[in-house]
Amino acid sequence: MKVENYKHVQTAHCENGVITSLLKHQGIDKITEPLAFGIGSGLFYIHIPFLKVQGGPGIAYRSMPGAVFSRTCSALKIDMKKKKFKDPKAGIKYLNDKIAQGIPVGCQVGVFHLDYFPKEYRFHFNAHNLIVYGIEGDEYLVSDPVMEDVTRLNSYQMERARFAKGVLAPKGHVYYPENVGEISDELMRKGIIKGIKRNAFDMLKIPTGIAGVNGIKFTAKKVRKLGLQGDLKAASLYLGQIIRMQEEIGTGGGGFRFLYAAFLEQAVAYVQDDRLLGISEKITKAGDMWRDAAVQMAGIYKGRLTEQKDFDAVADLMVSISEVEKDAFTSLRKLKLK
Amino acid sequence: MKKKDLPQDKSALENFTREVHYVKNEDNKYDTALSEGWEVKKQALDNAWEDFNEKTEAARKAVAAGTKSPIFYFMEKSVMDVSILAAYSGQWKITVKKHFKPAVFKKLSEEKLNKYAEIFDITVDELKNFKG
Repeated sequence: MKVENYKHVQTAHCENGVITSLLKHQGIDKITEPLAFGIGSGLFYIHIPFLKVQGGPGIAYRSMPGAVFSRTCSALKIDMKKKKFKDPKAGIKYLNDKIAQGIPVGCQVGVFHLDYFPKEYRFHFNAHNLIVYGIEGDEYLVSDPVMEDVTRLNSYQMERARFAKGVLAPKGHVYYPENVGEISDELMRKGIIKGIKRNAFDMLKIPTGIAGVNGIKFTAKKVRKLGLQGDLKAASLYLGQIIRMQEEIGTGGGGFRFLYAAFLEQAVAYVQDDRLLGISEKITKAGDMWRDAAVQMAGIYKGRLTEQKDFDAVADLMVSISEVEKDAFTSLRKLKLK
Repeated sequence: MKKKDLPQDKSALENFTREVHYVKNEDNKYDTALSEGWEVKKQALDNAWEDFNEKTEAARKAVAAGTKSPIFYFMEKSVMDVSILAAYSGQWKITVKKHFKPAVFKKLSEEKLNKYAEIFDITVDELKNFKG
């Protein structure tokens, strides 16, 4: 059993990928990955103090899992049918029934049980997304947006992945679009502008000092202190975590900055405002600087550069990134798009 | 990042997949391109695994020395921590921690052992008889 005409699309990030593919299947080609990401205000930065993830800091370069999805759908007036399950049996039956009806279904899964990923990438991270587009014998036909090709999972692996436990446990979460109407250029324009405004707010205006551009400075401060603590191993794990969060499989690299810059470039066609291109360049610059920071941090954890001045250099670079992003999003606000 | 600067370093992705990246093409427009991996990221990932492997090895030694139960070892081996294991087993963290004590572990019911074995994807015998 296989959904006819389903086409696999590879994207940089899973959540954008699932939206893009499911809408493409409905005949909507306008929504590219960058547009989905931007309309859903996907760019972010947050450093959650006290939250340790695998010995490192709790850092995210993007908004909450699921946020891009629900915002994009609501902006484009797409009904998204969603369901979670207490009982795995009910969850399995629901998915199988939908496939039998010819509907490709988005599923939230835990990465640990996906054996088509290299072992090195399989941590207990529960907010990954994939599409199931068929069943053959005991196997599910899987279209994972971050993979080059389609793949498969047997029913046991699929159950474990869909009902993984812990933080952000998926609880068998499935979703698919229903009653997709026509998406006019005007609807796109409105969605893009709303997405930009919300994103500028998130990056600039959330108080607390740990979110948005201030959050980047917060991390810079922590990095400066790492050198003083004198524990190189702990420092390496800490810095490694910062890089892995920005470069983990399926998150696109450069901490999503390039993806957002691509969004602004594509947005010009709908918003008809060339000033977005200049701001796109600024975000590209921020992305390049994040990559430079990663290279410098790698110098530290490889044990080549381990003096306080090396930690300071990384911290200084992060402060500069914060300034560049502050400038870019302030410019976006000043456009006063309508 | 320019398309020509996209790193193509050997990484764990080899024989599995390549990653999509957004890069600038010759006309200074965004385009997508595939990457085999990036040395910087590979190093970060390797470091994290080295740390995990050290923890697992320390857990093995603790079981061999009789200071920790096999549950502690298999938790580390499964890249879990106490909160993840507590969530999987549907117990409080404090209960899970108690089961790390060899004396408590010996008295665990078959039902509990079954549950743990299932979580770790091993047999009950493997769990019971793991000596470190």
